[in-house]
Amino acid sequence: MLTDLSGWVIATVAVLGLLSVASGVAVFVVDSMARATFALLGSFLAVAGVLLAFDLVYLAVVTALMMTIEMAIMAVFMVMFMMNPAGLMPMTMVHNPKGSAVVGAGAFVVLTVGIWTIDWPARRGQLPTDSTRQLGEAVMGSHMLVMLIVGIGLFATILAGTVLATARGRYDRFGADLAARRPDDPVPGGLPR
Amino acid sequence: MRETATATLPEAWGVLPAVLAVALVGVGLGLVVASVDRAVLAGRTRGAVLEPLREGARLLLEQRRTTLAPDRLLWRLGCVAVPVLALLSLAVVPVGGRTLWSTSADLVWFNAMEALLWAAIWLVGWGPNAFHALAGGYRFLAQGLAYELPLMFALVTVGVAAGSLRTTDVLAAQDGLWFVVTMPVAFAVFVASAAAFAFWGPFAAPTSADIAGGVTSELSGVDRLLVEAGRGVFLGATAAMAAALFLGGDSGPWLPGPLWQLLKTLAVVTALVWVGRRLPVLRPDRTVEVGWMVLVPLTLVQALVVAVLVLSGFYA
Repeated sequence: MLTDLSGWVIATVAVLGLLSVASGVAVFVVDSMARATFALLGSFLAVAGVLLAFDLVYLAVVTALMMTIEMAIMAVFMVMFMMNPAGLMPMTMVHNPKGSAVVGAGAFVVLTVGIWTIDWPARRGQLPTDSTRQLGEAVMGSHMLVMLIVGIGLFATILAGTVLATARGRYDRFGADLAARRPDDPVPGGLPR
Repeated sequence: MRETATATLPEAWGVLPAVLAVALVGVGLGLVVASVDRAVLAGRTRGAVLEPLREGARLLLEQRRTTLAPDRLLWRLGCVAVPVLALLSLAVVPVGGRTLWSTSADLVWFNAMEALLWAAIWLVGWGPNAFHALAGGYRFLAQGLAYELPLMFALVTVGVAAGSLRTTDVLAAQDGLWFVVTMPVAFAVFVASAAAFAFWGPFAAPTSADIAGGVTSELSGVDRLLVEAGRGVFLGATAAMAAALFLGGDSGPWLPGPLWQLLKTLAVVTALVWVGRRLPVLRPDRTVEVGWMVLVPLTLVQALVVAVLVLSGFYA
């Protein structure tokens, strides 16, 4: 695989890889939730850059897009759920330092050994002219069942998370006998319901 | 599926001239937005071009105010990111029928730059460690979520009709009929959500007067210049993208292509600024639900209609 890439691409991937690891480390070094969030975003953007260097444009751009949205939302929720909601109080992302260091180092060793010792299969066929189209055909064709299950699983998780997180249920909104015609919401929202 | 052999700008002009040209186009678009805004506000065109330049020079020379214990790194990062991302989004906007960067995921790139801009604005609000700025930042974050999905579906609709996410392919697909004819909802949603991502006009709640200017309240000097310029460039880039995606880009009779594109872009800019300045700021608590409950289903139906048209061979 490495032999397929030019020297520039390998150098770019190496630099971006180091950058992503460095940003990842920064997440646990900085002392503010906002900085930790954006360090993590920087790490993801570096990974998107690696994908871009591999000429997987769609995957790269979608990674950047999704991770940006995710990190922005995470910033809100993490800051909201912190002891000090203003979030400016010094904090740390590290809990149970010894245990997490052991788990982290163990996972790193397992992954690295696996990556370098597995006999990776050689490429069959040619590079597609349009990797985006190939990806779309795979997602909507041979891998559709997997994608559907993953999608529904994610959606169910989101719904379950929201249901668990919200303090108000239907009895708060529509009364004890669910008879109210209009829900009693603290913030109206805009639609005449 | 149409395959176009359009060269990118760097292939046609060389990398450095192409990048410089697109950056200049971006700054020019920002200036156009600022000038039209000045003309709409003042009701006269005299000085409309010079005044934004003068204001920019003033901001460059102005001493920077600061706040107590700001998060300087993230604040500066956010301020610089706004114009940079606005210019980066221009990389996939066709200039004279060609783009600076042509990939199989141009539309997603444009969307990704908007998302990053959204995060950057939150940083601008977070950085100064000030209440009003932070409130504006959180407002924008919550609102941006409601705008993001309709915007994505509008872009998806364009991609479905063109059979490609490449901007030049979208241009080629509009040879016979402008996309705005078959997807008016997507066009309106695209322009409105893009205005919302630049917290413009009725979507200016993150910077509105009830929180003393919100995100921009603590900005001064070069920081304010960067954010305001980035906002203008992004609005201009959006108008150019709307002209390319929905109004046929550079197609039109008699006049040369680039002139048509310029005219269409100017028309969208003028409409954006004029309408934006004439509508009151919408209260998020009274409108955010509209984004989720009305716009998302509407754009989905629009995408469905276009998908059925594609299957029936309408765009072929």
